[in-house]
Amino acid sequence: MLEADGLAAFRGERLVFSGLSFRVAGGGALLLTGPNGSGKSTLLRLIAGLVRAEAGRLVWQGQDALADLSEHAARVAYLGHLDAVKPGLTVAENLGVWGRRGAIAGALAAVGLTPLADLPAKMLSAGQRRRLALARLALRPAPVWLLDEPTLGLDAASVERFGVMLAAHRATGGVVLAATHLPLPLPDAAELALV
Amino acid sequence: MFLVLLRRELRLSLRHGSDTLAAVLFFVLAAALFPLAIGPAPETLGRLAPGIVYVCALLAALLPLDRLFGADLEDGSLDHLLLSGLPAALVALAKAAAHWLTTGLPLLLSAAPIATMLRINDDAMPVLLLGLLPATLLLSLFGTVGAAVVLGARRGGVLLPLLVLPLTTPVLIFGVGAADAASGGLAWHPHLLLLTALLAAALPLCPLAAGAALRSAAE
Repeated sequence: MLEADGLAAFRGERLVFSGLSFRVAGGGALLLTGPNGSGKSTLLRLIAGLVRAEAGRLVWQGQDALADLSEHAARVAYLGHLDAVKPGLTVAENLGVWGRRGAIAGALAAVGLTPLADLPAKMLSAGQRRRLALARLALRPAPVWLLDEPTLGLDAASVERFGVMLAAHRATGGVVLAATHLPLPLPDAAELALV
Repeated sequence: MFLVLLRRELRLSLRHGSDTLAAVLFFVLAAALFPLAIGPAPETLGRLAPGIVYVCALLAALLPLDRLFGADLEDGSLDHLLLSGLPAALVALAKAAAHWLTTGLPLLLSAAPIATMLRINDDAMPVLLLGLLPATLLLSLFGTVGAAVVLGARRGGVLLPLLVLPLTTPVLIFGVGAADAASGGLAWHPHLLLLTALLAAALPLCPLAAGAALRSAAE
């Protein structure tokens, strides 16, 4: 269970949100909604441990989650709005750093990129690059998925495949937090509106 | 994980081999300008050779620094590096090691022909190369700190040499001092010992500083 209590964060000099509290049970999902600049991405980066919380606590299974950042990093899988794809490496090599060799084939199959595994990543289209970024989520078992506009640029079939990934993750007790303006394949997700 | 990261960096720079080649070619070309500028007289050139080699190696080592973290910041990989489970300091150390292997080591290897071209004193040659080993390692460590600090700054590429060059003055002084001492028949060990002492201090401190800078750049 992931629990936040009174979180606040600054972006530069500006306070983007404060007093933010929520709770996501194992297998649950939380959709972050709100206008541009309302702090959805900042909140996801805060939960990932990339942005410092100015106030409040983040609790994972009863412990302060952000106390040990290296340990916390193993718990979260973060998908930013950038794809973090290296054009000079092949599709499979792009995943090589982040997971074991055995996991790569499965992750590529989950997003339907198996036929392109040996292609240089610079040949991929924007949607395919996004799918490669999604494949990184499936590489290692991390209980908390933090997704920033995960389906941007994806076609309907890919969104459907992503829905299967999300369902499998939640079935094992994983938690999903997603910031989005598009409908996501996340049945019975709670919603947190940022203003 | 550290080794996995290092292998990734090496593979990336192998794919973009032009970076290493550019640094080495810059080193050779810059050093080749000196005989043209100050004349080919062996005694003058040989006297200046250690200094020329050090200054040119220093400048060449700066060339690939602004892409060291810059590319990772732009495409979002930096976030994933920080979330790889390694402390930020070890991520920085892996980057410094990769910089040394892809830039420092090639510069060290190309220093011998350049020093010969500059008619360096025969006694000074082994000491020059021996001194360049800790010196290039130090350049990679200081350079990593500089690259991490200017990360995300506007015109970071210009700021970087301004930040790193003053830090490297001790490397220059002791490295050239050792080679000069050797060509003058004096004891050269003290200079090299001071250089390795600097390395011993920089090895733990620089990755810590660079790691802290990386974290604040990611925010």
